[in-house]
Amino acid sequence: MSEPLIALEHVNRTFMVKGQTIKAVNDINLNISAGDILCLVGESGCGKTTTGKMIAGLLPTSSGRILYRGKDIATIKHSDRKEYRLGVQMVHQDPYASLNPIQTVYQTLAAPLQHHSFTRGEAETKRRVRELLEIVDLTPPDDFLEKYPHQLSGGQRQRVSVARALTVHPKFIVADEAVSMVDVSIRISLLKMFTRLKDEMGVGVLLITHDLALAKYFAWGGRIGVMYLGRLVEIGSAREVVNHPQHPYTEVLLSAIPEADPDATRAKKRIELRSSDMPSLLQLPTGCTFHPRCPAFMGEVCEKVVPPLEKADWGSDVACHLVQSHES
Amino acid sequence: MPEPVLSVRDLSIAYQARRGQVQAVRNISFDVERGESVALIGESGSGKTTVGLGLMHLLPTTAKVFGGSVIYRHHVNGSDSTGREIEVLSLKGSNLRQFRWHECAMVFQSALNALNPVLRISEHFIDTAKAHGYLSGYQQTAELQERSLKLLSMVRLDPERVWRSFPHELSGGMRQRVLIALALLLEPQLLILDEPTTALDILTQRNIIDVLKELRQKLGFAMLFISHDLALAAELADRVATVYAGEIIEIGNVRTVFRHPYHPYTIGLIKAVPTLTGDNANLVSVPGSPPDLIQLPTGCKFHPRCPLADDRCRREETKLTEVEAGHKVACWHWTHAREVLKTYQV
Amino acid sequence: MHIFYNFVTGFWQESVKTLKILSRNKMGLFGFIMTTLIILISFGGPLLWPPETSANVAEINKASSAQHWLGTDFQGQDNLRKVINGGKDIVIIALLTGVLSMLIAVVVGSVSAFVGGRVDSILMEFVNIWLTIPKFPLLAVLATVLALKDVVTLSVLMAILDWPALARQVRSQVLSLKSREYIEAAQMLDLGTPQIIFRELLPNMMSFIAISTIFEMTHAIYQQTGLVFLGIVPYSSSNWGVMISAAERRGVLFNPQAAWSILAPMAAIVLFQLALVSFARSLDEVFNPRLRTSV
Repeated sequence: MSEPLIALEHVNRTFMVKGQTIKAVNDINLNISAGDILCLVGESGCGKTTTGKMIAGLLPTSSGRILYRGKDIATIKHSDRKEYRLGVQMVHQDPYASLNPIQTVYQTLAAPLQHHSFTRGEAETKRRVRELLEIVDLTPPDDFLEKYPHQLSGGQRQRVSVARALTVHPKFIVADEAVSMVDVSIRISLLKMFTRLKDEMGVGVLLITHDLALAKYFAWGGRIGVMYLGRLVEIGSAREVVNHPQHPYTEVLLSAIPEADPDATRAKKRIELRSSDMPSLLQLPTGCTFHPRCPAFMGEVCEKVVPPLEKADWGSDVACHLVQSHES
Repeated sequence: MPEPVLSVRDLSIAYQARRGQVQAVRNISFDVERGESVALIGESGSGKTTVGLGLMHLLPTTAKVFGGSVIYRHHVNGSDSTGREIEVLSLKGSNLRQFRWHECAMVFQSALNALNPVLRISEHFIDTAKAHGYLSGYQQTAELQERSLKLLSMVRLDPERVWRSFPHELSGGMRQRVLIALALLLEPQLLILDEPTTALDILTQRNIIDVLKELRQKLGFAMLFISHDLALAAELADRVATVYAGEIIEIGNVRTVFRHPYHPYTIGLIKAVPTLTGDNANLVSVPGSPPDLIQLPTGCKFHPRCPLADDRCRREETKLTEVEAGHKVACWHWTHAREVLKTYQV
Repeated sequence: MHIFYNFVTGFWQESVKTLKILSRNKMGLFGFIMTTLIILISFGGPLLWPPETSANVAEINKASSAQHWLGTDFQGQDNLRKVINGGKDIVIIALLTGVLSMLIAVVVGSVSAFVGGRVDSILMEFVNIWLTIPKFPLLAVLATVLALKDVVTLSVLMAILDWPALARQVRSQVLSLKSREYIEAAQMLDLGTPQIIFRELLPNMMSFIAISTIFEMTHAIYQQTGLVFLGIVPYSSSNWGVMISAAERRGVLFNPQAAWSILAPMAAIVLFQLALVSFARSLDEVFNPRLRTSV
């Protein structure tokens, strides 16, 4: 088995807020291979965006390593470093803030092409820009070259953001809630575009989202990782995580999501939580962070010991004492 | 059969913008029956929020109501007879204050910022009651507090703790629930909610949805909520209306609309949302973008994006017509509208 | 030759477009026209109407009349002529100080904000210390030590004293833009700090920079006028500031007829300030493509 493209080893990230420490990401271990599709899901404050930013190199880790092609991104230099920086790109959530408002689409896309000498001269640059616009389904491309961001719709802006990421031939794209602020009726076409990038260009995608139904659709051929209060609690193939969830939190989430089908959603069985209070990141519960709310709470072991992420049924990795006690 | 609590007829609202007039709401008509829950579903640029604001007479000064009526009927509790009728759009001053919150209350979209950060929750309740002419004596203050605490526990909050708190001490979901409790303070017969669960986490959303269901059961108010979230409509609504380019293009019972929608836009919208329980095969995206409300296309406003568009669609404006019992649609080709799914395939 | 032609036509097209945008805002257009006029008159006027060389005792301290639209001064010379000749220094000071201080402020402020860390701390400490120095008294002291004979020296001096305050403003603007997502994207694309600052970030601040420059210009004018009025800056040429100072010293304040000698230069200064500020108001639209509805 070849080495993973990106590997996270015991990655932690803490923030200092008003003199208090917040552990946003807690001991994450993750391997991503070339061309992988992965979804990180969880609620706000679970650390998925922070993890995405660390993978993209926008935030340093507080401890632990992130390896790109086997090399620690914190210490690589020169050509390796450039390879990493261009190799992992990010598409942001807000289509209204992710493009420079005073640059036309052409200028936005030409800047990285010319800076890194991927193209020389205006004619070649224009040709490549047109190609990129076609890849992201902005056709006919000439209609878009001279447009400013405020003249484009949200979905079109996101496509330009993706085109911009593609200018530097990335191997991996981190899409942080990239479709959440876009109209519902066009989300699927954006996601299909990402899938095409993987199929045709081998570009892997990490989609960070709070929408599990969307994750199920997008990551159907890939994996879903569920995060809770900074930890990865379950990760496995999308099929298995959705059809056979093992971690109690995953089960609760799946049961809580309303569905766009009146009969299905009203008939859904809800799983009750022990407590409805969401713990604050400033005062993380001891042991398993989910124990105060967990319907499968087992007592002392859940309060004292942090469950490790280990192989469980159906090929998924789960961090739960209950699940692991069944395994042994 | 009691008459509807709210009857909107041919409501039209437009904003004056630099480039021209934004026709946000065009001839919208619908009813909300007593105790019923109606969802207005639309995406960005559909005009749905303007409808909500218009109903409460809360439009900004740049907006003008160009026509139509909004009739609210007060029902005497416990009986079927209809009390007085109020034309909301012509209310002013103290009558308007009486209408707002007593009869009809609204929970806004940016709920997280709707609370005054320097006032405690208790002061919010007292202020609201005073503003709408409720509070005038010592006894009433005690009564008000009792009722408020009861409402807070009905929305699954710890009443004593929340009563004394400042807004920043509460989470987003808790604040949203406080706003719902606040809205129900004067026992309105109609509650309007604008994007009640947007920007909230899954579990918090679930809480809000369950709270709203319980409250409706216990207090029996009618509900109109405005959202882009189809799943929310599937959970909470008795009837659903889809809004596009300022008009209602389809309206009907929630199950009917979800199972067999007749408008190409509704069809596309429903098939654009992935579900956990469904198989997610054949999900689509609706091509194109919503029209510019300043320069609307001729005829049917959806025709530039519709695979079935023909000359009639381009020329003639569609009208909302009843095609089945309780199910209305505004499309010339509704009988074979499902064909669009083949073209929508991404 | 071809390139030159393209450059000229390109420049012309851009100018015409800019003028069209400016003309939409009435205040801005007024400001722009007024500013241009004052600059033209201040430089071209003296060529057509050179200053009078001799005194005219018979016409001392007269009020406005048909021959002397703005009256005469304590030497009997025509005030209008003096006003026309007195603008050059003011305009030079305004432009030089304004542009120079802004230039330094932009470079220091943006680098400080963008690079952050130690560089930022050191630079801001320096700026803070600099800001505690009372500028006016310092200028006064320097005036006694150095020979502030010409406008350029004074402008440079003022620019050196004024840039820290502007740098702080530039820095906070850059700080707020730095966290914008499109800047993050530019960093991810490894576009390099200089390119990001000068091609992605600063162009987004152009209206802020232009407007700040103009306000700095007005500030410089006031400073200079004040210095001259107090007699601290003793250079020989006659400008509006000198006119005010001279008139005051000749007891104009006690002679209602002679009021024109002090009002004329004052009005000129005020008019120039007004023109600059009005012009600034229309700049926002020029620099912000979102505000342009169509050109």
